[in-house]
Amino acid sequence: MTRTSTRLAAALGAAALAAGLANPAHAGKTLDTIKQRGTINCGVSTGVAGFSAPDSQGNWSGLDVDTCHAIAAAVLGDAKKVNFVPLNSQQRFAALQSGEVDLLARNTTWTLTRDASLGFHFTTVTYYDGQGFLVPKKLKITSPKQLKNAEVCVQSGTTNEKNVADYFRANNIKIKTVVFEGFEASFKAFFAGRCQAYTTDVSGLAGLRNKEAKNPDDYVILPDLISKEPLGPLVRRGDDEWFADVKWVIYALIEAEEYGLTQANVDEQKANSKDPVVQRILGTSEDTGKLLGLDKDWAYRAIKAAGNYGEIFERNVGPKSVLKLPRGANNLWSKGGLIYAPPVR
Amino acid sequence: MTPDAAGGGTPPPARRIPWAAWAFQAGLLLVLLGLGAWLLSSTLDHLRERGVRAGFDFLKDPAGFEIGESWIHYESSQPFWRAFLAGLANTVRVAVPGIALTTLLGTLLGLGRLSRNLLLRAIATAYVELIRNVPLLVQLFMWYFALTELLPASGEALKLGPGLFLSKSGMSFPWPLWEAGHFWPSAIEWPEAGELNVSGGASVTPEFLAVLLGLVTYTAAFVAETVRAGIQSVSQGQWHAALSVGLTPRQTLRFIVLPQALRVIVPSITNQYLNLTKNSSLAVAVGYPELVSVANTAINQTGRAFECIAVIMSVYLALSLLTSALMNRYNKRVALRGGA
Repeated sequence: MTRTSTRLAAALGAAALAAGLANPAHAGKTLDTIKQRGTINCGVSTGVAGFSAPDSQGNWSGLDVDTCHAIAAAVLGDAKKVNFVPLNSQQRFAALQSGEVDLLARNTTWTLTRDASLGFHFTTVTYYDGQGFLVPKKLKITSPKQLKNAEVCVQSGTTNEKNVADYFRANNIKIKTVVFEGFEASFKAFFAGRCQAYTTDVSGLAGLRNKEAKNPDDYVILPDLISKEPLGPLVRRGDDEWFADVKWVIYALIEAEEYGLTQANVDEQKANSKDPVVQRILGTSEDTGKLLGLDKDWAYRAIKAAGNYGEIFERNVGPKSVLKLPRGANNLWSKGGLIYAPPVR
Repeated sequence: MTPDAAGGGTPPPARRIPWAAWAFQAGLLLVLLGLGAWLLSSTLDHLRERGVRAGFDFLKDPAGFEIGESWIHYESSQPFWRAFLAGLANTVRVAVPGIALTTLLGTLLGLGRLSRNLLLRAIATAYVELIRNVPLLVQLFMWYFALTELLPASGEALKLGPGLFLSKSGMSFPWPLWEAGHFWPSAIEWPEAGELNVSGGASVTPEFLAVLLGLVTYTAAFVAETVRAGIQSVSQGQWHAALSVGLTPRQTLRFIVLPQALRVIVPSITNQYLNLTKNSSLAVAVGYPELVSVANTAINQTGRAFECIAVIMSVYLALSLLTSALMNRYNKRVALRGGA
């Protein structure tokens, strides 16, 4: 009997613990929790060049990574206070839902299903992408429509799988997908010649071609895009303050580019600028921070830490980076692109 | 008599305990059920509160993704449950031949471990030690990359024998053609090497081959040990007695030793069969679209992680119980009967 009751007690304890885990601290307090903890838990990829990838010393870099740094600088006053949590495409949503990460900056496509049914809010788009195809040059393919009966390698757990199915069904072309769980395995199989084409977002293809291919010139990225892939960070629903913080740090970086504020000149501008917009962004005239639960230097620190949106783009994915991607749709709205931020005021 | 009888008027405790024990058991069951219900309802409440949609209704929605190879007819416009079914069919397609080949290879290796031939024994021992000490996932990657890196492109397929081709696109082999309503195949279709790829006959993909080879070679090492142990559990006296009445060593093995060894072998080999089936879920790493791979994709398209994992769990549970049930029936046949 005693043995049974100890076992029962243990079972009850375990169940109570499980129930406790099933009810993580409720929303509305993300910012307080972060300030108390002193770091932001930022969900990133396990390694996508240009967006979030660790180097050999374990330092993360990329567009998504810089976004997290900027938010940490704005919120905690120190860009380094980010704890990067690498997540694969299957884990990422559960990690955000469960509260393991405070935000997910993991080149994630904004779609209706994800926005409306997973308990998330997409903050804003930090990169306008589209799905394309990487093919060996020697196959002399110029359009995805020529991929009849081809085998296409793709990573599982992405919007890419569905787009491929939709596109070829709409065009009445039979293809075969070979779906891999890991990113690494999927592109290795492609470069080994298992598939005639590899598909993912064009930014990803550029990273693969320029970083992973033995000879990048043996491969071409087809010009046709088969989907819209707006990528951006997302947060849990139910904490509007934190949602606003993440959104506005990104908007501030975009405004900074629009008004010519850079990592290099932000100090000088803060001291001398007479432009009311610049003064407002940098908190020298108005205190916009208190509306966000932050102090008045929040945007200044973000720009100082990561640079403006254009600088972040150039550093990680732009023509001079490994990915060599043109600015294209990701240029400012005033320069013919889609990047637009509501005014910081 | 029991010491209680000497206790006089007090009723023996043996009469009280069953009642108390029953009450305790019933109470425990109630508490456990209540706890389970509370856990489930609180989880569902919280999911709803956060705007996370839950439930199995999505199984009827169109899946929207393709499955590379499938035994049953499937296309992306069909519902999720159909995609799961295609995944399950692929799991079964690798598990059933896997179990058959594992039994064959494992038995041969197990006998090899006991062979009097030193070379044979050394090879079998080396095999077992090498294979069972390397993680299966690593072996799957090794098989897969060996197949895709080393084999020629499908345009210049390797001809292994008449009608047997091997290339990066997989293996093609002859396959009988059935006409509707006939029991026997009417013809055999032979694959032919063409300019771009091999056509005709039947073919399996390198993903399937890698998973099958990986599972068979890995599990066979464990089966070999089970077989060896089973045979060694039969006492030496049985060998000596059988040989002394004039049976050849082969007859001794066949009629005397194996029937006794099987009693030991079958229950533990059942575990290996279950392991093989469950390990097939690692196939997701090398792109074979079995159940877990399909479920992974479904989780991502719908965000219903709980539900998809529940599907995976119940399917594996059903498969394992089915395998166990079949093996238990077989075990009854080979087990000792009566009280002997």
